[in-house]
Amino acid sequence: MPGEIIKNGEISLQTEVTESVKTRQKNNSAVELKGSVFTLPILHIQVASIPEIEADLLKHLSKARKFFENAPVVIDLKSIAKVAQDFDFHGLMKLLSQQHLIPVGVKNGSNQQNALAVSAGLAILKGGISPPDVDEKTSIKEKPTPTTDNTVKDATPVVAGPDKTKVVTQPVRSGQQVYAKGGDLIILAPVNHGAEIIADGNIHIYSTMRGRALAGVRGDVNANIFCQSMEAELVAIAGNFRVFEEDMPAEIKSKSVRIHLDNEQLVITQI
Amino acid sequence: MNLLQKEQFNTVSKETILGKIIVVTSGKGGVGKTTTSASFATGLAKRGNKTVVIDFDVGLRNLDLIMGCERRVVYDFVNVLNNEASLKQALIKDKRCDNLFVLPASQTRDKDALTQEGVGRVLDELKEDFDYIVCDSPAGIEKGAVMALYFADEALIVTNPEVSSVRDSDRILGILAAKSRRAEQGAEPIKEHLVITRYSPKRVEMGEMLSVEDVQELLSIPLIGVIPESEAVLSASNSGIPVINDEPSSSGQAYMDVVSRFMGEDKPMRFLEAERKGLLKRIFGT
Repeated sequence: MPGEIIKNGEISLQTEVTESVKTRQKNNSAVELKGSVFTLPILHIQVASIPEIEADLLKHLSKARKFFENAPVVIDLKSIAKVAQDFDFHGLMKLLSQQHLIPVGVKNGSNQQNALAVSAGLAILKGGISPPDVDEKTSIKEKPTPTTDNTVKDATPVVAGPDKTKVVTQPVRSGQQVYAKGGDLIILAPVNHGAEIIADGNIHIYSTMRGRALAGVRGDVNANIFCQSMEAELVAIAGNFRVFEEDMPAEIKSKSVRIHLDNEQLVITQI
Repeated sequence: MNLLQKEQFNTVSKETILGKIIVVTSGKGGVGKTTTSASFATGLAKRGNKTVVIDFDVGLRNLDLIMGCERRVVYDFVNVLNNEASLKQALIKDKRCDNLFVLPASQTRDKDALTQEGVGRVLDELKEDFDYIVCDSPAGIEKGAVMALYFADEALIVTNPEVSSVRDSDRILGILAAKSRRAEQGAEPIKEHLVITRYSPKRVEMGEMLSVEDVQELLSIPLIGVIPESEAVLSASNSGIPVINDEPSSSGQAYMDVVSRFMGEDKPMRFLEAERKGLLKRIFGT
């Protein structure tokens, strides 16, 4: 199994493929093992009671029902790791599947919880770096799943280096995804509906922003998004997101705005 | 490239100038790709360029109908790809224009018959003989569409002034920029041209349609022409004559303008305003 790293809602499967697998890949084997980066929503479990979780989950999901349809989720057990050793994973999985969520694994569980999770068919995800702790009740660190297979294939190739700024001068079109790994993303052309731009750092768009922008995806709560003309479908900073349907307030619509986090709340201000 | 240039070069070397491949694509179906391919290719040929138009819509061939040569199809594109027929056997000479040839699609096969090697080989062969190779793409973003655009040098993006068509065109522009041979080889990107079809200035005024400005702002590529909605298009299609041959019609003239602009001429955009009936016309009709 390749090593996994979870960083604030993001799982990067870093393939450390053994030699034998590498050789087989070259020989046209039936399968290929490759690493890829996905952004997954993380469900932070704060209480062990399934009915309580259900009530709160429904409240969260109702905000963006479609968005989470069939979304894979990771279950974070950190808050109950010491208290609920006999946590009802089957009950939780049933609840999640009723809500059309697909649980894929758990993180931060105790040994006993992990054993139960594995027997319930969940994977154990290790090495996660949690976002800064803020006192909170049951909460979903909602993080959209940005990609389907298709979009990944069409995405502009991402050249990444540590702390590098990525500058894009061409329009980012529907179905394309641009990710600035470890740095800021600066875009000098329109970002169209259905396009997605992601950065570990800040995002600047010196044109019309019609797609989705996710800044600070590795948990940088100080990341900002700036755009010259705000028409986004979705904006997110460090996992806190807001979806805009037909309800974009007039004071920000098509205006130059700054988007940042203030105490876990997304704040959008005209500049 | 114009003919004169080509002749000058030919005296030096026959290999120096190869034909240009232009894909006509849109993402969405039913927006006018085949109509545009037929008229655009006819227009290029009428100006003295040796032109071939290829139907990539294997399994749902339509181009031969629009070009009015469906009864003369013996061998098709797939036969050539499979080395079952030579290009010479499969190419159909247009009955109205000496410089124009049609390479029809197969009705009985599917898109899997299109292989990258095969298409590349046929296009390379055509490039030797023709000035322009117009590829009529099928709808969608799957194999047929990707094969049609893969080898392109330039692209006509056909869009109707409505949101879903614009969104799909945006998607196909993304694919042009990512999946074409030019993109893969890091060569100069495919030159993109926007063709807005089925444009009705009256409905734009009533707010039922996106305006040219809206579409252009959303897609941010240069506009090469606006084809007005016209009954002439349907009747031309039904009778198997590319609408560009219907010279008095607004659509025919608009396609002529597209060809002129493609050849580098500066033509002002026409047919963007709703026709205003003058006082006399309003009183006396017509």
